This record gives sequence, C-alpha cells and structure tokens, in this order.
Amino acid sequence: MNAFFNYFSEIGHGIGTLLKGMRVTSGYFFRPREIITQKYPENRATLKMFDQFKGEVVMPHDKNNNHRCTGCGICENNCPNGSIQILTRKETTPEGKSVRVIDKHIYHLSMCTFCGLCVKTCPSDALAFGQTFEHAVFDRQKLTKVLNKPGSSLKKDVKE
Amino acid sequence: MVEKSEVILGENEHLRINMGPQHPSTHGVLRFELDLRGEIVDQVIPHCGYIHRGIEKMSEANTYQQIIHLTDRMDYLSAHQNNEAMSLLVEKALGIEVPERVKVIRTILSELSRLQSHELWWAAFGMDLGALTTFFYGLRDRERILDIFEESFGSRLLHSYICPGGLMNDVHPNFKSRIKEFIPYFRKKLPEYDQLLTGNIIFMERSKNIGLLTREEAIAFGITGPSGRGSGFSCDVRKHEPYSAYDRVDFKEILYTEGDTYARYRVRIDEMWESLRILEQLVDQIPDGDYTVKMKPIIKLPEGEYYQRVETARGELGVYVVSTGDKYPERIHFRTPNFSNLFVIDKLARGHKIADLVAISGSLDLVIPDIDR
Amino acid sequence: MKFSIYDFSSFTQSIHELLTGVMSPTWVFITELAIVGLIFLLFYAVLGLFLVYLERRVCAFIQNRLGPNRVGPQGIFQTIADLIKLLFKELFVVKNADKFLFNLAPFVVIIASLMAIGALPYAKGLQALDFNIGLFYIIAVTSLGVVGILLAGWSSNSKYSLLGAMRSGAQIISYELSVGLSLLAIIIFAGSMQLSVIVESQANGWWIFKGHIPAFIAFVIFLIAATAETNRGPFDLAEAESELTAGFHTEYTGIRFAFFFLAEYMNMFLAAALATTVFLGGWMPLHFGNFETFNRIMDFVPPIVWFFGKTFVVIYIIMLFKWTFPRLRIDQLLTLEWKYLLPINLVNIVLIAFLVLMGWHF
Repeated sequence: MNAFFNYFSEIGHGIGTLLKGMRVTSGYFFRPREIITQKYPENRATLKMFDQFKGEVVMPHDKNNNHRCTGCGICENNCPNGSIQILTRKETTPEGKSVRVIDKHIYHLSMCTFCGLCVKTCPSDALAFGQTFEHAVFDRQKLTKVLNKPGSSLKKDVKE
Repeated sequence: MVEKSEVILGENEHLRINMGPQHPSTHGVLRFELDLRGEIVDQVIPHCGYIHRGIEKMSEANTYQQIIHLTDRMDYLSAHQNNEAMSLLVEKALGIEVPERVKVIRTILSELSRLQSHELWWAAFGMDLGALTTFFYGLRDRERILDIFEESFGSRLLHSYICPGGLMNDVHPNFKSRIKEFIPYFRKKLPEYDQLLTGNIIFMERSKNIGLLTREEAIAFGITGPSGRGSGFSCDVRKHEPYSAYDRVDFKEILYTEGDTYARYRVRIDEMWESLRILEQLVDQIPDGDYTVKMKPIIKLPEGEYYQRVETARGELGVYVVSTGDKYPERIHFRTPNFSNLFVIDKLARGHKIADLVAISGSLDLVIPDIDR
Repeated sequence: MKFSIYDFSSFTQSIHELLTGVMSPTWVFITELAIVGLIFLLFYAVLGLFLVYLERRVCAFIQNRLGPNRVGPQGIFQTIADLIKLLFKELFVVKNADKFLFNLAPFVVIIASLMAIGALPYAKGLQALDFNIGLFYIIAVTSLGVVGILLAGWSSNSKYSLLGAMRSGAQIISYELSVGLSLLAIIIFAGSMQLSVIVESQANGWWIFKGHIPAFIAFVIFLIAATAETNRGPFDLAEAESELTAGFHTEYTGIRFAFFFLAEYMNMFLAAALATTVFLGGWMPLHFGNFETFNRIMDFVPPIVWFFGKTFVVIYIIMLFKWTFPRLRIDQLLTLEWKYLLPINLVNIVLIAFLVLMGWHF
C-alpha cells in the first residue's frame, strides 16, 4: 500500500516541479517589457561606449594638429605582439640642434590584443584608447593604420 | 577437426564515434573518441591539442608584464584570476606588498569573475541537457557583470587588468554603485535558476547518481575546484592559502559528498550565493589609496623557483616560474585546472549513456583553451 | 452562391452543384480532388512556415529576446526568406549513402503529415475526409512518419544519424500506445470514431469538462505522448542537438532538410489540432450551462476562429514544454511510458468505461 502511495506522490511531486519551471518561462513570455535585445544598427546614434572602452589605439591630436609623441619607442618595446612600429627621422631645429621626430607611428590593429601596455607605459601620454568598435573591413591591409595625422608635429611643451 | 564457434554479430564490436572537434556539446575544439555499445559508452578517449598555442613557450620570450595578457587567453572565463596568479607570483618573488585598495579590488574582481563564469556554466549546462532557455537567462545575468567590467577596464572578456604591482588603472567611479545594483538583482534571479533546473524532476533524474567520483579518486586525479568539492575534497585555495583579501572575509567552503553530477551542480549554485556574500562584505570596504605601487619598467625576478596558486572558477591554477635573474623567465609552467579535470571523464562516463557523457562533461565545466594552453 | 462564415456546408454544396452542372460525375470527382489537394498543399506550406516563425518568436519572448524582426513587418517573412535560401542550397549526398532511400526519406515524412490534415474538421462543413474511422485514420497515418525517419537514419551512412533513427524507432513504438489509448477514452465517451460526430457530441460542453477528471487525465497524457510522438523537446531524442548534433537529419541539406523541418512543425500542428478536436470541442464555441447571454456572445465568434484559437493555445503549451524542460534520456523516456503513462492510461480507460456505463457523465 505504501508503495502505491509513493508511486502517486512521486508523480504529483514531479508534475509540481515541472509546473514551477513552466511558470518561470511563461512568466517571461507574458512580460515582454523585460526583453533585453538591443536593436543595434538602429540605435547607432544613441549607442555610446564606456569612456574606458578599449576599441583601438589612437593618438589624440589637438586643434593645431599637434600630438605628443616623441618617438621614444617605449610602446614599441612594450608591445607583446609587435603591433606597433615607429619610423623616426632626424630633423634640425632652427637653433641648429638635431632632434628626433616621428615619421610614422604605424599601428597594426589586426595584431593588437588590447593589453593596454603601450598606453600605460607611454611617458608622454601620447596614446589613448578610442571608442570605435566597428572595425570590420574586407581587406586586412586596411587594419594597418598610421596614427599620427599627416602634417602634424610635436607639441611644444612635451619633454622627452 | 574444425571447432564450431558461435559468433554473435556485434557481440564484441564497438561503434566508434568521433565526438568533436566540431560538436555542439564539447564547448570548443575538444575531441572525444567514443566506443559505444548501442547507447552505452564503453570508453572515452579525450584528444586535446586542437587549440594549442604554446603559451608557456611564448611566455619565455615575454617580460613579466607581457605574460599577463597571455594568461588571459588560457581560461578566458577566469581572466582576472589568471592575471592575479601571475601578478601575485611576481609580487611574492620581489617581496612587494601591494596597497590595501588593490587587495580588496582584486578580491572583488575574482568573485565577479567567478560569478560570471558560473553563470555561463549554468547556461551551457542547461543547454547540454536540452533545456535551451537556460542559456539565455544565464547570459542575460552575465551581461550585467560584463557591463561592470567594460566600464572599468574597457573590455568584456580578456581584461589584462591586474598587473604586477597593482592594477592597470583605477576603477571607474561607478564601479561601487554598479556592484551594489547587481547584488540585489542577482539575488532575485538566482531562485529562478533553482526553479528552472535544480528542482526539476527531469533534471534530477538526469544528474543524480551520474558520473560518480569518490573523494580518493578525486585526489588521485587531481580534480580541484567545484568538481572536486562535489566529491568532498576540500581544495579551496581561498580557504587553505588565503591570498589578497580572502583572509578577512567570511565565507563557507561548499562541500558535497555525493560526488555525482548533481553534487557538482549544487556546489556551483551554492558558490554563487557565497560569492554574492563576499561581494556584499567587500563592496563597502574599498579603502582609498593608490591603485598600484611604483614598479620598475623592467621587472627582473631574483634567481630561483617560484610557485603561486589561486582558486579560479574551475579549480586550482598554479604558476611555476624558474628565473635566472633575467627579465624573461627561464621556464614557466601553468598547472591548469581543466587539464586534470578533463582526464577523469573516461572514469566517470564508462557504463553510462551518451546523454550522460554530455551531462558529465558539462558538469566538469571544461574550458578548452585552458586544457591546451 | 451562399457564403457564411458560420456554416461552410452550403458553400461547399453550391460549388459541388456548380460543377455538376458543367461536367460528368467522374470529372466532378476529379476536379474536386484537385481543388482540395491544391488548397491543402497551399495551406500546408503557409501554415508550416507560419509555425516556424511563430515558434521562433515565442521562444524568443520566453528567452527575453525579440526574435526575427527584420524581414517584413515584425519579421513575418523571415521564414519565407529562409525557405528561399534552403531552395538554392546544394543537395549534398554523403559518399556511400543509399541514394534511393536517402532521397525517399524526406518525402515519406512529409507525405505522412500531409495525409492527415485532410481528415480534420476545421469548421462546420469544412472537412475534406469524413469517414467513420477518422480518428483511427489519423493515428495510423501520422505514425507512418517514423518510417521516413528510420530510412533517413539508416541510409545516411552516418553513425549519428543511425543512433538518432534507432532512438526514434523505440520512442514512437512505445508512445503510439499512449496516444491511442488516451484517444480511446474519448471514443468511449462519444461512442464514435468519426471526427464530425465527436465534435457534434461536444455541442453542450467539451469532453475535457464533461468527462470529469478521467478526461482531463487523458488530455494530459495525450499532450505528453503527442509531444513525444512529434519528436519535439523534451522528447527530441532523435535529433538531440547536444548529443547527436542533429540526429537523423545530420546529413541532409537544402530543401530535403526543409522537408523534415516543415513536417516536424506540421506534426505539432496535427497533435494540437487533434487535441482540440477530441478534447476541447473542435470548432464548437465555449458554452456554460445556463448563461444564455454568455453563450450567445460565444456563438458570435466564427467556428473557424474557435478551432484555430484553441489549436494555437495547445501549440503554445507544446512550445512551452520544449523551451522549459531538459531532454530526457532514452531509458527514462521508456520508463515514463511503460511505468507511468501506460498503467495510468489503462486504469483511466476502465474508469471511463464505468462512468459511461453508469451514465455519470453529462
């Protein structure tokens, strides 16, 4: 007799647990306000990444087209993947001193792992992280970028 | 005289099936070679190495700061804990004491990582068993933690945030308030996890007494983490060898003695509650101060051998470094939890059905890049 | 030509008379067959595609997602776009597969489900096949689908497919019993296997209400067993995505795969429609004893709306099963059938026979 009751209480208990689960799922079905999907391309205008988001490495330029990179090469040394290459050239200042200026600060986005060592170790704060995240291109070559803008020069107050 | 022999077709023959490297339930490029007798699994031969990147060898050509970003890519769900292991080792070798603020924040990050890892595990485990909705509920809650990560460290999965000497940069001012928002939110959602899976009769039938592992076997195989604790093997590094701020928080080490899939499941669910408790204790106690100590640009460890272990979401992660006093390590070895957890699967799955094999490998919570490194 | 949304019999009758006026009886028969066949083919395709869309939408809402929402308003043309994509895909055949059987299998599956939808009463006078063993016919025809699944698994030359097919075989053989026995309960109540008679017998109340608790138990058992028979979660062992990748249709591509897919959804519709017809009063409106005004309002809703409304409620329940529960293991599946559903069902039938004998039902 005991086994008989066990049989039915087992069934009852089992159905009870199943209904509990169905209450959760159907609860969400009838509460469409809790949907968390973002409609991505439509909300592009309002979509804003966090300030510290690591989208790509950029070199901020001020309005006079000046950057802060002295071409010391510390970021190149610190990069674990070799995704930064710095090409420098010698220039003579009007005072007759020979100084090093950057020719091209080449950044391979395709090799970057966003470890943040270049930005952290830069002694003159020339590098920063940009918030762009739509990096998809059809050609890998396009992921190699030159960070200093054409015609830009070193800001006056930056010491090496 | 020719002896008459009776051969029953298929008597001793096995159906050999390759499960993986592309298979929905191996969670990555892992391959099981199965010997089947009908539905019953006779042998499981795990083949790893499909995503071997040589992280240990690569590390020998990287400075200690650079190794951090490689450790991210082993167990990508416990990126913070992996970073922490390497950083703690360097700090131990150099005898640096990091500020209190760093310790507390590191502990919080560890627990957040554990939470998001367990949430993803719960999501994927439900899906392994065929309950497809759990996947989205788990990921929905995990998203909240990833938002906290993204706001402070700029990335959602591979942070490279904890570095030798402290942290890469200070946490975002919203860090505290966001965690405070998250804790009550998740306390409300966790009972739903129980209603959906834990109490469910089908789930109980599928997981109870499946893949039994005794405590002795767990120790012999080196099963650590929640999988080991499900067998009653007390192996929580946070308790036995407290690092960072674990010595001052009050938490229980979850132990179950059944050793089956259900016990391993329960350990993880209970650990989520414990992680929430730890977060609650620490979130108001973040002291002010520096986020890092001043480190030399090039770290050179003194000559010698160093070992540091931490508790990741999957078990004990050990880092072993041999240094000759150079800026690169002479030899580096990671004792990763998943590698030892994987090879018990043959022991666990023998005699069970294919469906149970999926449940067992789900309950071990394997992350394949951590196996291959 | 008289057309009324409440009674289609005069409408069909007038078409029949129109045709008789212009051609001989043989040709009338053939033309009517062709018209009905065409309508059902169209109905099958449109409903199948709509069900796929519905399922994706329902599961998305359950999972806090939006689901398809790009193609057309609310994404309603998404499945049509998917179908066009599948039509253009290469029909790939595995090396050493049994080509003939491999090609045949999807057609067996889809024809089995197509054959059954003709026998359902959709509204008053809207039923293509109405013979005295209608219910029996539907059970017999739908279980033919498993032959296609077995063929697909066997001929694919893939171990995963074979395992899936074998599971499916074991599953259908056992659950066929429960489906039949739970329907038998209503056959005892109604005293007929003819679907139109079963529907007419529920004019004053649905069997699920009239038949006391035994009818409700039979309904629940039918729901479980029908879900199992249509190979849907939590009983989708034959395809068991996380174990066997895709089970019996692992090796199928393009439109052949679409056939399996459509057939699965149409089987689900069949199960729901059968549950509606037999337990929930078919196209009969909801009536409560003596509430005259309430009954009048209910009568105002056309029968075809009642039928599809009830069917979609049952479909929603079946979908909720799939998206809530973990999958059963094969031995648990058989345990559920042989240790629980079957004995309960047998006792239930004896109970119902007793009820009917004593005339205790309404």
